[in-house]
Amino acid sequence: MDGFGIRIEGLRKRYGEGDTVVDALKEVNMTVAPGEVVGLIGPSGSGKTTLLKCLGAVIEPTAGRMTLGDEVIYDDGWKISDLKALRRDRIGFVFQAPYLIPFLDVTDNIALLPMLAGRPNGAARQRALELLEALDVGHRARAEPSQLSGGEQQRVAIARALANQPPVILADEPTAPLDSERALAVIRILNRMARQYDTAVIVVTHDEKIIPTFKRIYHIRDGTTREEAGEGREV
Amino acid sequence: MISLAGRDILHSWGKFVFTGVGLGLLIGATLTMAGVYRGMVDDAQVLLANSGADIWVVQQDTLGPYAEPSSLRDDAYRAVLGMPGVARAANVTYLNMQVQQGDRDVRVMVVGFEPGQPGEPGYLVAGRRITRGHYEAVADVRTGFRLGDRIRIRRHDYTMVGLTRRMVSSGGDPMVFIPLRDAQEAQFLKDNDAIVNERARTAANPSLNRPGVPGLLEAIQASQTSSRSVNAVLVQVQPGQDAEAVAAPIRRWKHLEAYTRAQMEEILVAKLIATSAKQISMFLVILAVVSAAIVAFIIYTMTLGKIREIAVLKLIGTRSRTIAGMILQQALGLGFIGFVVGKISSALWAPFFPKYVLLLPADAVRSFIAVMIICAIASTLAIRAALRVDPATAIGG
Ligand SMILES: Nc1ncnc2c1ncn2[C@@H]1O[C@H](COP(=O)(O)OP(=O)(O)O)[C@@H](O)[C@H]1O
Ligand SMILES: [Mg+2]
Repeated sequence: MDGFGIRIEGLRKRYGEGDTVVDALKEVNMTVAPGEVVGLIGPSGSGKTTLLKCLGAVIEPTAGRMTLGDEVIYDDGWKISDLKALRRDRIGFVFQAPYLIPFLDVTDNIALLPMLAGRPNGAARQRALELLEALDVGHRARAEPSQLSGGEQQRVAIARALANQPPVILADEPTAPLDSERALAVIRILNRMARQYDTAVIVVTHDEKIIPTFKRIYHIRDGTTREEAGEGREV
Repeated sequence: MISLAGRDILHSWGKFVFTGVGLGLLIGATLTMAGVYRGMVDDAQVLLANSGADIWVVQQDTLGPYAEPSSLRDDAYRAVLGMPGVARAANVTYLNMQVQQGDRDVRVMVVGFEPGQPGEPGYLVAGRRITRGHYEAVADVRTGFRLGDRIRIRRHDYTMVGLTRRMVSSGGDPMVFIPLRDAQEAQFLKDNDAIVNERARTAANPSLNRPGVPGLLEAIQASQTSSRSVNAVLVQVQPGQDAEAVAAPIRRWKHLEAYTRAQMEEILVAKLIATSAKQISMFLVILAVVSAAIVAFIIYTMTLGKIREIAVLKLIGTRSRTIAGMILQQALGLGFIGFVVGKISSALWAPFFPKYVLLLPADAVRSFIAVMIICAIASTLAIRAALRVDPATAIGG
């Protein structure tokens, strides 16, 4: 991968038509390097979720350009045909709630992604166990999601996002339900994983506890981004 | 790849098993209904097979003796015996009645037959054949009688000397066999009051009680009291003879109706139990619709309960095919549990039904296929709901 993990240029998104038009994204410019964790901060309704959905290839932007690694995925239209494979192999998602699959144990919640990508079950589970060990939840490998604490569930969710070694992780308020100690632990893990796997991470957040940890922050307001240096406090 | 459907079933097995058992009892009821129909057909065939006849000779223009009443003079068999191709011919009577067995009432068909002739019960599970001409009886075990029991039929008591099995009427009532003479008396003989009454009426009729003709009145009265009727003549044809070829001249020359085994089967199966068969097929249709509704409802609600998980699965790139397959497999799994429960329960309760319930393996195979098809169709509602889920909802608002 060359200089950047994610590059977004002049991205726009308009919802609706006629009288009900909402310009949710007007001018979004962002770059995130591999191994970097940036914060995306903005008031409610400013377009954060819309941006994640565009990047996550579940809604189509109206105009602009998005590049993942060295491949342009969107340039005034999708440049790749299989968006499901894109989401599966190249983008990891972490949500506010972990949203683990309740009927799969912890290992298979993670192993499901490599399996969906066609990896054999054994190799997929091996990968899952490695990730669980790396995230200090290896001892919970055979547990059901409902038996885990909130912090453990969120770590499993992060492991799932990393399962196919995607170049990009999108995290939407990943620390919202956690107390400050656990919230900082999640950020620590995201930073470590980003470095370890050369992943570009975008963390959407309101969370005052974690904002000082970012080296770079994008503020978004009325669909327009503005870059700013962060404190970059060690965690 | 792991089976998502299988994991979900294992995870919420309680829900699956309970729903499956409920569905299974319904399927069991369906299988039993089919078994009741098969039992009726089988009863009819056993009835025909056990009578040992190739041709049934009955009253002209009737579908007797089982589907319609039929009455013949009891000397008609002699004329039949004289027809070409006939090996043996014997009178039989059939009378449906209630008899006392211990302190309960059972509905039976009393069969009058001539010992050693067609119409005699073929094999006995206990006791012996009827040897005396009078007041002995052989009964199907389902009547509840045992050897040595006394059974009262009309005005006489009979001793149970033998027991047979699978001898039932076309209505499913167990049979009691008694000698023909006794049976004729039971069926056709008038009671004492009626005889006295009729004698008086005959005596008062001047054209029958003529002063100048001695003995006429007595002769007429004697003919009125004796019983000279039977319900059918059972005919066995000579070896190598075609039953229809033997039956045709009997119809033509003797002013009697003659049915071959195939025609009799047609009458019993296609005519006599046709209404019951329609009744049962209505039940089968309703049960199928109810089962489909249950499966559709359960799978649909279970899918709605997983909308969030389905959105996540779609977001992480699960193909629609995989998600549809998961729901389809769950529906089929439910159907499979239901079928197993239904098969077992119908086999368990079938012996307790008053009529014969015949559970054919072929019917089980057919209903298994039907259950699977119904479940597949029922899952389409849930599959459509799942495919409409927008993966963007997993990311939230
Ligand atoms: N599906 C949609 N249809 C129409 N308008 C939408 C839709 N989703 C979001 N919006 C609008 O777009 C704007 C940005 O919303 P969103 O991206 O959810 O902001 P945030 O996540 O920062 O709160 C808001 O004004 C919102 O009302
Ligand atoms: Mg939002």
